[in-house]
Amino acid sequence: MILRILVLLTLVVLAPLAQASDRFIVVQSTTSTENSGLYGWLLPQFTAESGIEVRVVAVGTGQALRNARNGDGDVLIVHARAAEDAFVADGHGVKRHDLMVNDFVIVGPRADPAGLKESSNVTGALKRIAETGAIFVSRGDDSGTHKKELALWRAAGLDPTGDDGAWYRESGSGMGATLNIAIGMDAHTLTDRATWVSFGNKGHHAILVEGGPALQNPYGVILVNPEVHPGVRAGDGQIFIDWLLSPAGQAAIAAFRVNGQQLFFPSAR
Amino acid sequence: MGDAIAEAFRLIAVGDAALWEIVSLSLRVSLTAVALACLIGLPLGALLAIARFPGRGALIVATNSLMGLPPVLAGLMVYLLLSRAGPLGPLELLYTPTAMIIAQTVLVTPIIAALSRQVIADMHQEYDEQLRSMGITTMGAVLTLLYDARLSLLTVALAGFGRAAAEVGAVMMVGGNINHVTRVMTTTIALETSKGNLAIAVGLGLVLMLIALTVNGALMALRGTQGAARHV
Amino acid sequence: MSDALVTASRRTLTPARGPDSVLPVTMDRVGYTINGVTLLDDVSLRIRQGRLTGIMGANGAGKTLCLRLIQGLLHPTVGTLSHASGPVTPTGRRRIATVFQRPVLLRRSVAANLRHALKTYGVPRAERAAMLVELLDLAGLRALAHRSARVLSSGEQQRLSIVRALAADPDLLLLDEPTANLDPYATRMIETLIRQAEARGVTVVLVTHDVGQARRLADDVIFLNRGRVTEQTPADSFFDEPQTAEATAYLAGRLLL
Repeated sequence: MILRILVLLTLVVLAPLAQASDRFIVVQSTTSTENSGLYGWLLPQFTAESGIEVRVVAVGTGQALRNARNGDGDVLIVHARAAEDAFVADGHGVKRHDLMVNDFVIVGPRADPAGLKESSNVTGALKRIAETGAIFVSRGDDSGTHKKELALWRAAGLDPTGDDGAWYRESGSGMGATLNIAIGMDAHTLTDRATWVSFGNKGHHAILVEGGPALQNPYGVILVNPEVHPGVRAGDGQIFIDWLLSPAGQAAIAAFRVNGQQLFFPSAR
Repeated sequence: MGDAIAEAFRLIAVGDAALWEIVSLSLRVSLTAVALACLIGLPLGALLAIARFPGRGALIVATNSLMGLPPVLAGLMVYLLLSRAGPLGPLELLYTPTAMIIAQTVLVTPIIAALSRQVIADMHQEYDEQLRSMGITTMGAVLTLLYDARLSLLTVALAGFGRAAAEVGAVMMVGGNINHVTRVMTTTIALETSKGNLAIAVGLGLVLMLIALTVNGALMALRGTQGAARHV
Repeated sequence: MSDALVTASRRTLTPARGPDSVLPVTMDRVGYTINGVTLLDDVSLRIRQGRLTGIMGANGAGKTLCLRLIQGLLHPTVGTLSHASGPVTPTGRRRIATVFQRPVLLRRSVAANLRHALKTYGVPRAERAAMLVELLDLAGLRALAHRSARVLSSGEQQRLSIVRALAADPDLLLLDEPTANLDPYATRMIETLIRQAEARGVTVVLVTHDVGQARRLADDVIFLNRGRVTEQTPADSFFDEPQTAEATAYLAGRLLL
């Protein structure tokens, strides 16, 4: 009796789930495009048209690049220009294309205790943070956002790593976890706008610093090089990239809204 | 917290298709992993309990220690194995439910082996002389003890299932949390947390606990139908 | 039945065994020492086909140890144990079965316990069903066949242990104080079962403290004292005229170790 029930349970559990189409590609991606909901909006349109399923592994720029270097992906979508160029130069990628842009913002307590709103640009804001010793949470994980953050500190002539553990806290985590920490600590952090706008735990935080060329955030898309990594689905991967860069794909990106706000701005040439 | 409970009920009541897809994948992955872990771990534990051979002590210590293997480390090891750059790359198993099953099996087998070893060792004390006087083979002893310890071993299996169903590090690493393909309960909770949707995340967590309760409750009922007084 | 009648009728019943029988089992100057302590010293005895041997002695005299050696669970440190054909073999050991003082039954039904024994003893599959019924009837446990063995009374459990041992169709059945924990009624049923076993051709060795039981059942008595055999005689002469002071004291209930 028990045996029969167990056998039944086993069959039910092991019955294969409905299989998706046989054609698919794996995209190694940053998290902002996933967490904001862009992929949820964009990819079904592509699949409907091409019949190719897009499987996104959204693990953050650093890990996405490492995975792609191992050949564990067909297409790379990240936002770290220098790392992307190195990826292609090292032979792992075929070519880098401009895909879209948005911008970074610094968020912090709505009351703005460090007076960031008084600075005219991001350099001034970072200096104020360093001076007042206001807690700043860094990604600390080699992601696109992290690399941008470090570049901004450098441009301001500051090295916050000396105060690591004091007012400069490295979370070593993704954007979502870092934001949760910043909210919990009543601290400041750098985030891309898309992730922030769609974030569900804003607490009493608001955007304190935005705008200006220094905070631009360009995304690139790269096909993983099939010559170095045999097994890459280069054909279907290229179809996907072509679609993203096409007027249709770019328009779809522009049409994506959260709370009425456009989060990504097409930049293909 | 109230939001979370409300969210949990809403998800279940609505019969949210996405939720049931995630739940069934979670069950499929973890139950399969536990089944495989039992297939390997039960005979292994029984042999460790009964047989005497050089290095047995070291093997027992190793098995016990592996119960504490961090899931993310197990995931990393399996990732390195299955990566296209790794030895089993050509099998194209990365980012599939199969990879998740493999990683969880690695995680759960030591638990099954270590705990069943203790259970069987205790029973072996009791049965050894009688079984030896009957001229039983080692394999015969293993099968006899495993069957006679079946109720305790069920609890061992449940401990393994608890570990598998609750972990996120291994399945995230080898599964990639791909929507509709490798997204399970724990990785969904992690994802919703990273999107700041804390109420949904906790709600999902409550659903997960409810499933664990249901599995355990069902098995307890099964035990009950055997008749309370039948087994001392 | 009076004891004398029982004894008389019993003796004619044990049929002979085939040429593969392990009997007679002989211990020749066997000693057993462990951790520097000598538990058996210079023990020589012979278990003959068809004669029930009672082994008696104070606690710690080495009676259970003798049974373990005969069953092959332990090996002598000095001296030899041999079967009819010569050296001890695994096949030979399988023709000897032991019933321990406290029954060790599997956590299964009565019938499942017997099925397990039939399988372990290598009884051909085709014969198992018939033997199962026969053994259940022999023990008077047919009605309890599907009950969990562990909820049976002590007497029922011991009856099960004995027929389980008989599943091996052994030449030699070793019983270690089988009725020590049983009431007189259950004891009687066990003794009946022992006689029925003998009727099937099984030779029995019985360790017991029950002098009355030994008088009722034993043909020969081996008396052990502190690891040595001090008397080995037919039962009647042992009980009527014990040769040693220790045996006399033991039978009178005055022997302390």
